[in-house]
Amino acid sequence: MTPSKESSPSAAHRTMTGFEIFVRSLIEEGVEVVFGYPGGAVIGIYDALHDISDIKHILTRHEQGAVHAAEGYAKASGKTGVALVTSGPGATNTITGIADAYMDSVPIVVFTGQVPLNLIGNDAFQEADIVGITRPITKHNYLVRNLGELTSTIKEAFYVASTGRPGPVLVDLPKDVLGGKTAFEYPKTISMRSYNPHVEGHLKQLEKAAALIARAKKPVFYVGGGTILANASDELRKIVKKTNIPVATTLHGLGAFPENDPLSMGMLGMHGTWFANTAVQHCDVLIAVGARFDDRVTGKPEAFAPNAKKIHIDIDPSAISKNVKCDVPIVGDVKNVLHKLLPMVAPCDTKDWLKDIRQWKAEHPLRYKNGEHIRMQHVIQQLGAITNGNAIIVSDVGQHQMWTAQFYTFMHPRTQITSGGLGTMGFSLPASVGAAFARTDVPIVSISGDGGIQMNIQEMATIVQYKLPVKIFILNNGYLGMVRQWQELFWKKRYSSVEMTGPNYVKLAEAYGMPGYSASRTEEVEGAIRRALDTPGPVLVEFKVVKEDNVYPMWPAGQTYNEMMDVPEDELSGVAGEDPISEELVTFSKG
Amino acid sequence: MSILTTTSVADAVSRTHTISILVENRFGAFVRVAGLFSAKGYNIDSISVGPTEDDSVSRMTIVTHGDDGIIEQITKQLNKLIDTLKVTDLTYEPLVERDLALIKVQTTPETRSEIMQIVEIFRAKIIDISPKTLTVEAVGSSEKVDAIIKMLKPFVIKEIARTGRVALKREYYGEVE
Ligand SMILES: Cc1ncc(C[n+]2csc(CCOP(=O)(O)OP(=O)(O)O)c2C)c(N)n1
Ligand SMILES: [Mg+2]
Repeated sequence: MTPSKESSPSAAHRTMTGFEIFVRSLIEEGVEVVFGYPGGAVIGIYDALHDISDIKHILTRHEQGAVHAAEGYAKASGKTGVALVTSGPGATNTITGIADAYMDSVPIVVFTGQVPLNLIGNDAFQEADIVGITRPITKHNYLVRNLGELTSTIKEAFYVASTGRPGPVLVDLPKDVLGGKTAFEYPKTISMRSYNPHVEGHLKQLEKAAALIARAKKPVFYVGGGTILANASDELRKIVKKTNIPVATTLHGLGAFPENDPLSMGMLGMHGTWFANTAVQHCDVLIAVGARFDDRVTGKPEAFAPNAKKIHIDIDPSAISKNVKCDVPIVGDVKNVLHKLLPMVAPCDTKDWLKDIRQWKAEHPLRYKNGEHIRMQHVIQQLGAITNGNAIIVSDVGQHQMWTAQFYTFMHPRTQITSGGLGTMGFSLPASVGAAFARTDVPIVSISGDGGIQMNIQEMATIVQYKLPVKIFILNNGYLGMVRQWQELFWKKRYSSVEMTGPNYVKLAEAYGMPGYSASRTEEVEGAIRRALDTPGPVLVEFKVVKEDNVYPMWPAGQTYNEMMDVPEDELSGVAGEDPISEELVTFSKG
Repeated sequence: MSILTTTSVADAVSRTHTISILVENRFGAFVRVAGLFSAKGYNIDSISVGPTEDDSVSRMTIVTHGDDGIIEQITKQLNKLIDTLKVTDLTYEPLVERDLALIKVQTTPETRSEIMQIVEIFRAKIIDISPKTLTVEAVGSSEKVDAIIKMLKPFVIKEIARTGRVALKREYYGEVE
């Protein structure tokens, strides 16, 4: 049989196996790509996929990679990502990815094979209670107990994953259930009496918010990833421009508002810009938009924006007043709420306030010293200058991630992809596989440290097999840099298990079948980046960077804004630098 | 972590709350609720679960304690579960509540009549008897059940099985029983 895109009416009621029904259901959901890995419990599904041209199946090299790829796809496209794996070890290998998607509210549906129903609980070969294991890290999960409920479960799974506060949903598929036959009919509509996300902002609350904003002298927008999830960047831009209120974004909020706009202050929080944090600390009205007052943003919650009245717009009622008490909660979809709020607000008189902020930007820009040897900051800054914000930047976890957030000028939503909540090393490479299927019009740049790249390095083979134009940047400092930084600053420089070696990355690239080269001098950086972007298909670039370098500003965990440390003066005067004479001070700002 | 910081958010006095939850009567719904309490570090003083007038719905009654911030989070988190139909904090509502305990007490010919007197006073029932034990069924508010257990303790209680509190909102504002 050769299935066609539109399920023909006759096909709609024909009896099919559960395997076929499963695949047809994905087509009904508009799924174009599935990231997965086969095995005994899902072999029937793989058989059904074999004939289907409407769905691409991408074979990753590890199930964790499949889930991160589904996340990368979801984050870059705004659609729901799909992963498919077998039972037992296939299922347990997805856990880190699922937990990651849960923390970052990424809409994905993970399908796991399961042993036959009558063997569940018997310690059967490749059995794992994946529904039990993932209960606390999924938005919801299902075990399909009979074929009759397969289509409605799939429909529900996609609906739950993508609506409200999005998140991962897992569907466990016992082999024998799908082995049965029944008529295929995909439900057209869905209604769940126990799940009705609240989308509309309450008018009274909107009025209160507008009144607070009208009286504000020093307001700040605190913009989180929820704004991007809600596709509300346009609405945000409009209300920011109308009110003249400066914007600080979280790690996941980067790109929601163009960072070259004078009202942009870049990122706030533990490694946020000095000016964003200072503005938040002095503001009188804080408008949190799709953000959750995470501890990496607030530090000690009671000391966060202490003088501000707080307005909090979020789709998740449980996010409100969870960590920091909020004065005007608005539960609703960020896009819907901002759209309604726009005509209710008037331009604020923020002239003096913006002057203060300009001064803080001038006094405390992001800074580093450029010398002969490459600083990560410089690589990122160059990448920003060359791509002009027109690229998808997929960072891993560590120092390079924070410098990417600081030194790249993000211009568009869904161009910054990273693991924030869980902070999963090894995220970048597989996530960029997913992003490559979401966007083919802009370069996909995967940025990893030498630590993180080795955690899912096997996905280089996936990238080569599918000829994905992923530009793999490895920022190699020979250390688990972020941990080393903490050991340096807070543990008396006792470096314990942070120095690490890796393979010869250039040879490794060649071994996997992609071009690769390295750069070790600052003057080579621009050329290396351009060459990578000009190379069609995948390419690996290793930047051998300064080994010991610290991310500033920073405040120690659990501390407050008052403990914020900027780059030490001795480092700027060249004492700590490698070659003080030839080093040049670089300053960088946002807005 | 968050439950620790909520103390700074609201009134930090810890109180006992009775929370009634209606959930879809689906595979695993109970575990989701119980799992939420353990994952978030909330307390469960008692939990009871059973069917309702509607086959497709189960009711759980949870007695918990915490300050206002924690209780607010508990109700929000319970509402967030996909299977949850309704969460009611009955603490500030007029309610009818019952707790049931089966209490197996050691007896001797000398103590038996004294125990039976206590049972009488609490309007409890003796539902099983053997030469060396009596099993008492006590029904009432949790406080009443606590009280009879306290009174029986000196006679040596061998076993207790207790349902935990079940409660409904009161419709009529006077005591019927
Ligand atoms: C899976 C995982 N294990 C451990 C950590 C803890 N951790 C956070 S950053 C970091 C160092 C990362 O080193 P590298 O990838 O080289 O990046 P760098 O900081 O040097 O830029 C580690 C070990 C983590 N975030 N994720
Ligand atoms: Mg490193």
